Amino acid sequence: MPIILDHVNYIYGEGGPLAVKALDDVCLQIPDGQFVGIIGHTGSGKSTLVQHMNGLLKATSGHIYFNGEDIYDRDFRMKKLRSKVGLVFQYPEHQLFEIDVFSDVCFGPKNLGLDRKEAELKAFDALRKVGLPTELYYQSPFELSGGQKRRVAIAGVLAMEPEVLILDEPTAGLDPKGREEILHQIKELQQKTNMTILLVSHSMEDVAEYVDRIIVMNQGKVMYDDVPKAVFSHYKELEEVGLSAPQVTYILHALKERGLRVDVSATTIDEAVGTILKTLGRT
Amino acid sequence: MGIIQTKDLVYEYIRRDEDGNVEGFTTAVDKVNLDIRPGEFIAILGHNGSGKSTLAKHINAILNPTEGTVWVDGMDTARQEHVWDIRQRAGMVFQNPDNQIIGQVVEEDVGFGPENMGVPTKEIWERVEESLKAVGMYEYRKHSPNKLSGGQKQRVSIAGVLAMHPKCIVLDEPTAMLDPKGRREVVRAVRALNDVEGITVVLITHYMEEIIHADRVFVMDNGKIAMEGAPREIFSQVERLKSLRLDVPQVTLLAYELRKRGIRLPEGILTVEELADALAGSI
Repeated sequence: MPIILDHVNYIYGEGGPLAVKALDDVCLQIPDGQFVGIIGHTGSGKSTLVQHMNGLLKATSGHIYFNGEDIYDRDFRMKKLRSKVGLVFQYPEHQLFEIDVFSDVCFGPKNLGLDRKEAELKAFDALRKVGLPTELYYQSPFELSGGQKRRVAIAGVLAMEPEVLILDEPTAGLDPKGREEILHQIKELQQKTNMTILLVSHSMEDVAEYVDRIIVMNQGKVMYDDVPKAVFSHYKELEEVGLSAPQVTYILHALKERGLRVDVSATTIDEAVGTILKTLGRT
Repeated sequence: MGIIQTKDLVYEYIRRDEDGNVEGFTTAVDKVNLDIRPGEFIAILGHNGSGKSTLAKHINAILNPTEGTVWVDGMDTARQEHVWDIRQRAGMVFQNPDNQIIGQVVEEDVGFGPENMGVPTKEIWERVEESLKAVGMYEYRKHSPNKLSGGQKQRVSIAGVLAMHPKCIVLDEPTAMLDPKGRREVVRAVRALNDVEGITVVLITHYMEEIIHADRVFVMDNGKIAMEGAPREIFSQVERLKSLRLDVPQVTLLAYELRKRGIRLPEGILTVEELADALAGSI
């Protein structure tokens, strides 16, 4: 289900003395099945942006279309949107509450009105998709590790079978292996099910590795919207707005400064290995 | 004698079922011996659940050892009469800045610690000024902490600890919630405290590139110290770190991948400049 944002503005505390323009004339199209990264410094409008996409925040002006329907139309069913666009908040494990993992994941589909058996099937499927070992299904969610809890929380959203999955910093606070496991599983999910994924992240390395397209937010505006290579070629401008490029990009630029004739566009380790071997004449 | 010493430190959690019956014990810290010298910059790495935060909480007497002893500046942390002195000598900064800031104005927040210690008013203001200057936040002294970015809030938290004139500061994942700029600011501030003020630093983090300037790195696994050494020694063991669910900085990983493909490079490269110089020199 494609999402289109058409001249969306959002003002916090409109009319008041402390009014802040959090989204400023945002126009975006998110086609089906894309893996999109959203980056920007703290307060740049990333979270505000994604909260518009499932109707948690209502634009001050502008339109949002979900599968061709204007979500602000009076007869549009917002509840349907929320079941189709799943949002996983920061530190989602703080929202786990049931006595065991399985019941926690069943909560969403049950709430959508499914009967017990159907809800359980969906919960089972979702837990399998996030790769949680079956022996943990009947444990208390509070006894799991940080990475496991995070996966249970993601499964809770997946069990509602959304067509679009939005993850707000899903790897914050996880160890490197935990980060890799979660992102790898999300990538696999996107490839297998053609689900649209929006990933809000502070890790430039992760974004470069996994996404097809990067949206850079700054002061409520879309600053760049392009493939990772193109976005990270603006590394100096990104630094000015509190971001950076992956470390490999800096390495290639440093080589260029030392007089090597090197293509500086690589943004992942694999690409950089290829580029450097080629430059050294080893391929 | 070291500023922080532990001897055969063991910490056990008691696991209970829903009715409060004891189910068993988990050994979170298992016979750890540390000797940290004044002025050292120590980094602690380890996957989620490896025991690093539990260890850190012993350094300012938030937790007491189940077995063994911890000394801070020569004081046994298990002795109740030392608790306040220990907390003043070894300050702690946590992951989430929003949980640590209490004042309505930045300078009030920073003054809270020394005020609580009974420092005379005039001296409190001197301490507030020098602490805010040390972390580069003096110009924000009259601001409300709510309006600051994550990196700025964390630096205010650090200033709050500094104002108590500690000999040692323990930071438990201070950058986990920050954007790249916030991470750079906090790491720079922490390094300055160590270099300029000579304060002993214990930094716990999941970001490998933050600790390349540490004097010594401890890697924890299963409550034990699994590896110990200078960053260069630790990061030259890529496979071992990966098996402990950790990683190396991207530049180190790139150098490692290039070595595997026959490019002659020194082991344990840590910075972009080192790798670029080595590669440029190999042509």
